[in-house]
Amino acid sequence: MLEVTDLTHAYGRGSGGHLAVDRISLKAGQGELVSIVGPSGCGKSTVLRCIAGLLHPTRGTITVNGAAVHGTVPDGLAVVFQDYSRSLYPWLSVRDNVALPLQRTQRSRAQRRSDAQQALAVVGLDDTAHRYPWQLSGGMQQRVAIARAIACDPVLLLMDEPFGSVDAQTREDLEDLVLRLRRDRGITILLVTHDIDESVYTGDRVIVLTGAPGRVRADLTVQLPEPRDQITTKELPAFVQLRTEVSRLVRGQQATADR
Amino acid sequence: MNQTTAKAMRWLGRWLVLAAGILAWQEWAGWRRSAFFPPPSAIGARMYHLWFSGPVSHLALTSSAIGNILPSLARVAVGLGIAVAVGAPAGIAIGRSAAVSGYLDPLLHFGRSLPAVALVTVFIVLFKLGDQMEVAYIAFGTVWPILVNTIDGARTVDPLQVETARVFRLSAGQRLTKLIVPATMPKFFAGLRISLSLSLVLMVIAELTGSTDGIGYLMNNASNSYEMTEVWAGIVLLGVLGYALNAALLGVEHHVLAWHRGARRLTN
Amino acid sequence: MAMSDEAGSSRARRVGGLAWVRGLVGVVTFLLMAEVLSVAGVISRSALPPISTVLGQAVLLLGNTQFLGDLAATIEAWAVGLAITVAVGVPLGLVLGSVPGVRSATRAVVEFLRPIPPVALIPLVALVVGPGLRMNLTLIVYAAIWPVLFNTIYGLDDVDPVAKQTLRAFGFGPFEVTRRVCLPAAAPFIATGIRVASSIALIVSIAIGILTGRIDGNGIGAFISDANTAGNINPVLAAALWAGVLGLALNALLLWAERRVLPWHHAYLDEAEAAR
Repeated sequence: MLEVTDLTHAYGRGSGGHLAVDRISLKAGQGELVSIVGPSGCGKSTVLRCIAGLLHPTRGTITVNGAAVHGTVPDGLAVVFQDYSRSLYPWLSVRDNVALPLQRTQRSRAQRRSDAQQALAVVGLDDTAHRYPWQLSGGMQQRVAIARAIACDPVLLLMDEPFGSVDAQTREDLEDLVLRLRRDRGITILLVTHDIDESVYTGDRVIVLTGAPGRVRADLTVQLPEPRDQITTKELPAFVQLRTEVSRLVRGQQATADR
Repeated sequence: MNQTTAKAMRWLGRWLVLAAGILAWQEWAGWRRSAFFPPPSAIGARMYHLWFSGPVSHLALTSSAIGNILPSLARVAVGLGIAVAVGAPAGIAIGRSAAVSGYLDPLLHFGRSLPAVALVTVFIVLFKLGDQMEVAYIAFGTVWPILVNTIDGARTVDPLQVETARVFRLSAGQRLTKLIVPATMPKFFAGLRISLSLSLVLMVIAELTGSTDGIGYLMNNASNSYEMTEVWAGIVLLGVLGYALNAALLGVEHHVLAWHRGARRLTN
Repeated sequence: MAMSDEAGSSRARRVGGLAWVRGLVGVVTFLLMAEVLSVAGVISRSALPPISTVLGQAVLLLGNTQFLGDLAATIEAWAVGLAITVAVGVPLGLVLGSVPGVRSATRAVVEFLRPIPPVALIPLVALVVGPGLRMNLTLIVYAAIWPVLFNTIYGLDDVDPVAKQTLRAFGFGPFEVTRRVCLPAAAPFIATGIRVASSIALIVSIAIGILTGRIDGNGIGAFISDANTAGNINPVLAAALWAGVLGLALNALLLWAERRVLPWHHAYLDEAEAAR
C-alpha cells in the first residue's frame, strides 16, 4: 500500500547542497511493519519526512494506496516523532492533545472527546485524560503521542525513532504496544530506528540504509514466530542470526550471503 | 514550619517592610517638618478628603474622583484595548510570515525607538485637546511593545509543533487557534506588561499638557499651586493604581499561562 | 535531519543578505506611501506635514548649532545617568540577590515605587534638589535602575549552584565566588538589563526636557519644548526622528560593547540562530 520509487533528496543547492538520500526504493504491504534501520546521518528521517509529505523530494515518487504524495500530507497518515516533549502541545490537556487530529473531522466535540478517551485506553493511559503532558514521565508522554496518532484511525503510521529518548525498560513496553496495535488494527507501520534489536524484534521486514547519502543496502524478511515476546523471541537462534546480519550490514561489512 | 505557614509569613513580611517604612517616615516628618515630605497621615487624610469621602451610592468616591480618576482609567483602558486589538493580530500575522517580517523589521525597530513623549504636541495638533487625543496617544505609544513581542513570539513557534499540525492536517484556522495563538501567549503577555506600565506614564504626560481633567491634570494643578500634600496624594494614587493594575494583569497571566510555568519548570 | 556545515553557513549568509534587501524595500515603500498620501490630501497638510518636509527638516537640523548642542547635552545626560544607574544598580542587585529573604521583604515597596511615572515626580524632585542637571540625573536613575536591579537579581538566580559549590570547595570565600562565578554567569542578563535601562534613560531625559524646558539645561527635550512654545510642528517631528535614531544608535553601541565584553555569549546565540 506504500510504494517509494527512486526517492532522492538534497538539501540546499549547487555546491552548498548536501545529498541526503540517493535513489531509495521500498514497499510496504497492508498491515506490515517495516523497520528502517541505519547509522546516524544516513537519511532515515529524511525518507520519513518525504513519505509524510512534510518534505518535497528532489526526485522520485511516493504513493500511498495508489495516491501520489507530493509535498502535501496524504490522507490517513499519522506520525510519531522522537521528541515527544516538543511535539505534544503543553497548553492542551492529554485528552485534548489526543483529540487534536480529530479536529479536522466532522465529529461533534463530545464524539471527539470519547474517541480520544478510547485511544488513551488502548495505550493504557485512560486515567490521565485531564493532566498535562509535562506532568507525565517520558514513556507516558510517548504513549500519549501514540494515542494521538491512532485516534483518527490511520492506515499508515510513521514513527521517527520514537523510542530513542526513553529508557530501555520503557522502550520494551512501547515496542510491544506497537506490535499490539499492528495486530489489533492492521495498520501499516514504518518504524525508523537506530536500534538494531528493535528493528528485528518489531519488524516483518527490515530495510537497512547505509552511508551518507543514504542508500538501501538490504531488504530482509523477518521470519520469527508470532506473537513476539521480549524474552523468548530474543533467545531464538533465528533472531540472533538476523540481528547479527543486520548489524554487519549496518557497519558496512559484507553480508553473510555475499561471503 | 509547613509550606503554607512559610508562604503566609513571607507575604506578611513583604507588607511589614512597607508598613515599617511608612511608620519611619511618619516619625521623621513629625520630628522634622518639611514642606516637601508631609507625613503619610496628612497624605492619607488628603486623599480621603479629595477622593474617597463621597456618598456610599457612589462607592464612596467624591465628584472629583469620579471626574478625574475614572476618566483617566477609562482612557488607559481604551488606549490599551486599541493597542492590543491592533498589535496582537498584526503581530501574529507579521511574525508568521518571514517575508513580511523582513520588510517591516527596520520600520518596527525605529517606531519602537521613537520617544512617544516627544510627540504629545503632534497628537494635540492632530486630534485637538480632549479624550480622543489622549486615547490615540496612549494607543500609539503602547502598541509597540505588544507588537514587537508578539511578532517575536509568533516567529519562534517550535517548528516541530508546526510539523505536527501539518502532519495531522489541521486547517489554517485550526492551526491559528490551537497552535499559534497559545504558543505566542507568553511573549504577548511579556509585551503587555511593559505596555501596561507605559500606559500610565503616557496618561500622565498627556494629561500634563493636553487635558482638562484627569489624574495628571490634578497633579499639574497641585504642583503649580505648590500644594505639596496634594502632589503627594497624586503620587501615592499612581503607585497604588499601578500596583493594582499590575497585580491584576499578573493574576490573569498566572491563570492563562499556568501550562507555561509547568512546562518550563521541567525543562530547566 | 542533518545539514552540512557549508550548507548551513551559506544559507545563513543568503538569509542575512535577503533581510537587508527586504528591510530596505520596506522602508522605501513606507516613505513613498506616506508621501503619496500626504500629496493626495488623504492626510491633511495642516495636521501633519508630508514626510519629505520632515526629512528635509531633519537634515537641516544637522546644520543647526543649537540642535547639535542639544544633541550633545542629551547624550551627556544619558551617559552620566546610565553610568550612575549601573554603578548603583549592579552592586545593589548583587547584594539583594545574594541575601535570602531581602528580596521578598522589599517586594511590596518595589511594586509600589515602580509604577510611579518619573514624569509625575518632576515637580517634587525639582523642589527638593532644585532644577538642573541634578534633578535630571535623579529622575533618570530612579527610572532606569529597575531593569538593572531586577536583571541582576534574576541573573544571580540562574547561576548554576554546582559551579558555586565547586569554587567553595576549593576554599574561595563568598566575595571571590561572586566575582569569579556569579558575576560572569549573570553578565548576559545584566547586559540586557543595562540596554533596557539605556532606552529608559534616554527617554526620561528627553521627557524631562520637554516638560520643563530650558531651565533644566539643554537637550533634545529642551529643543522640542522651544518648538512647542513657538507652535512649530516641523522641528518637533524632525527632532523626534533624530531622537529615535539616537535611541537605535545607542542601543547598537551597547550591543557592540556587549559582544566585546561577552564574546562567548553572543557566539553561542548566533550559532543557535543559524541552526534554526
